[in-house]
Amino acid sequence: MVPEELKYTKEHEWVKIDGETALIGITDHAQSELGDITFIELPVQAKQVKRGESVATVESVKAASDVYSPISGEIVEVNGLLEDAPETINLSPYENGWIFQIKISDGGEVETMMDAAAYEEYLGTL
Amino acid sequence: MELIFELSRAGRRGVKMPTGDVPESASLDPVYTREKDAELPSLSEPEVVRHFTNLSKMNFGVDSHFYPLGSCTMKYNPKITERIAAFSSFASIHPLQPQLVNGGMLTQGALEVISDLENVLCEITGMDEFTTQPMAGAHGELTGIMLIAAHHREKGDRRKYILIPDSGHGTNPASAAIAGYEVKTIKSDDKGVMDMNEFRKEMNEDVAGVMLTCPNTLGIFNPRIKELADLAHASGALMYYDGANLNAIMGKARPGDLGFDIVHLNLHKTFATPHGGGGPGAGPVGVKKHLAEFLPTSRVVKRKDGTFTLDYDRPKSIGYISQFYGNFGVLLKAYAYILIEGKEGLIEVSENAVLNANYLMRRLKGHYDIPYGENCMHEFVISCCRQAKRGVHAVDIAKALIDKGIHPPTIYFPLNVKEAIMIEPTETESRETLDEFVRVMIELAELAEKDPVAFKEFPKTTSVGRLDEVKAARDMNISA
Repeated sequence: MVPEELKYTKEHEWVKIDGETALIGITDHAQSELGDITFIELPVQAKQVKRGESVATVESVKAASDVYSPISGEIVEVNGLLEDAPETINLSPYENGWIFQIKISDGGEVETMMDAAAYEEYLGTL
Repeated sequence: MELIFELSRAGRRGVKMPTGDVPESASLDPVYTREKDAELPSLSEPEVVRHFTNLSKMNFGVDSHFYPLGSCTMKYNPKITERIAAFSSFASIHPLQPQLVNGGMLTQGALEVISDLENVLCEITGMDEFTTQPMAGAHGELTGIMLIAAHHREKGDRRKYILIPDSGHGTNPASAAIAGYEVKTIKSDDKGVMDMNEFRKEMNEDVAGVMLTCPNTLGIFNPRIKELADLAHASGALMYYDGANLNAIMGKARPGDLGFDIVHLNLHKTFATPHGGGGPGAGPVGVKKHLAEFLPTSRVVKRKDGTFTLDYDRPKSIGYISQFYGNFGVLLKAYAYILIEGKEGLIEVSENAVLNANYLMRRLKGHYDIPYGENCMHEFVISCCRQAKRGVHAVDIAKALIDKGIHPPTIYFPLNVKEAIMIEPTETESRETLDEFVRVMIELAELAEKDPVAFKEFPKTTSVGRLDEVKAARDMNISA
């Protein structure tokens, strides 16, 4: 259920590291808790963000939730597809539903995130 | 049901106009005439009457059904206050009248109502001055936050944050953000009130104010409220009381005595004026003395000779929040309601609201999970987690209630409870109504065990069944 190769946060973001950049989205658990997603406010391109900063908002029929950047750095790419088809996050949270790409400024931050096993264990405690 | 335009037949008329025996005067200047004929439907009078009578039968409101909507106090509106508001001596005055030469003398009664209402609201909440200008709860919140900003601006203090617990009202963060503040959300502890340690961590000299809904949306009164207020004040922050849940504490506790500097009230909740489409609403704001000079203009003031007037000479005021007292009818209904209840009546209102909620909470325990609170105030939150494991979610229970003749309570709020249903019966409901609600809720819990699939078809008794909420939220263009 939880992809092996990704890193996770307690706020239910996933991070896929690719060299100096990382792809970030929300987990399958997060999308299922939110329910049908109706709107996303995407991050601002080229913005410098700090870890833990709110960068995007995901809105569903139930609630609006912030998406926090798990890593400090510069936002280099956002997933424009989500503007017209926010439901992609529901359908494919780990693949087509990625939200933004960030240029990592501090590799050490990645180390402190949960791996798949730890995240799965964390989900069990909720 | 067909639309009135679909029922239209060319040439049909409800009223026959007599043939005029006065010669038509010269035609109007085309500047004042429409280019095309108005596209109005053509129907007979009985067709129009039946159409609207049948439409009204589709209403599902507090006049026809039990309406236990948490977080929003859907209270029955006594009809006597409607009659009072319809008195022609009140209904036919114009909001601009007090500003006309000598017009003030023709509106003394109305100005006195506003002034008196402000006084009784001060008494109920323990504040020093009230404005009745804001037109709704969220409008009152914005006014309140602007008052906080004015207070800090006056001191040359640039503060950035408003602290709001996650069990606060949903509009609080929006109001703070619109006023230009950044919002910091404070998590709840395991008792369902703001986590004191988190609060301490976030409280500093950059915090402009703290917005608290008390009792909160879990129906819990924060027992450490005085301590919170003292901490906030020590850092120079102001305390804001969201009065949406005042119905639980009238005559028992006053926000002004608890350390709050600003209060907003929703007259359309606690003071029984119509809600939503029946409005407009009213969100009066009360303040302690040290903020009174910032209140919006105009202010209703009493002259030395005992007459009332509108005062615009308030140099430190935040200015207009709305130009007129255009929702005067609402203020009048609330004032009438307060006078009818009186001091003892309002105390009983709160006692019965709390009693009714606790009765329901006790009776539903065992059938639904109740994550917070041994006792509740005027409302409580159940979780349908147990039912969700069988595939029956909070929304399914809500839809099923419609078929049982009960308006669904608030669902999926507050966000800190999974599969939340938030129930607020209010004080007006009888033991029989409450028992019927309990019977239905237990029946639905049993049905969730036995036949979860059945829920997907509810509601069956309404003119439309399940609406496509996702499409409604995604495609907001309804005319396309």
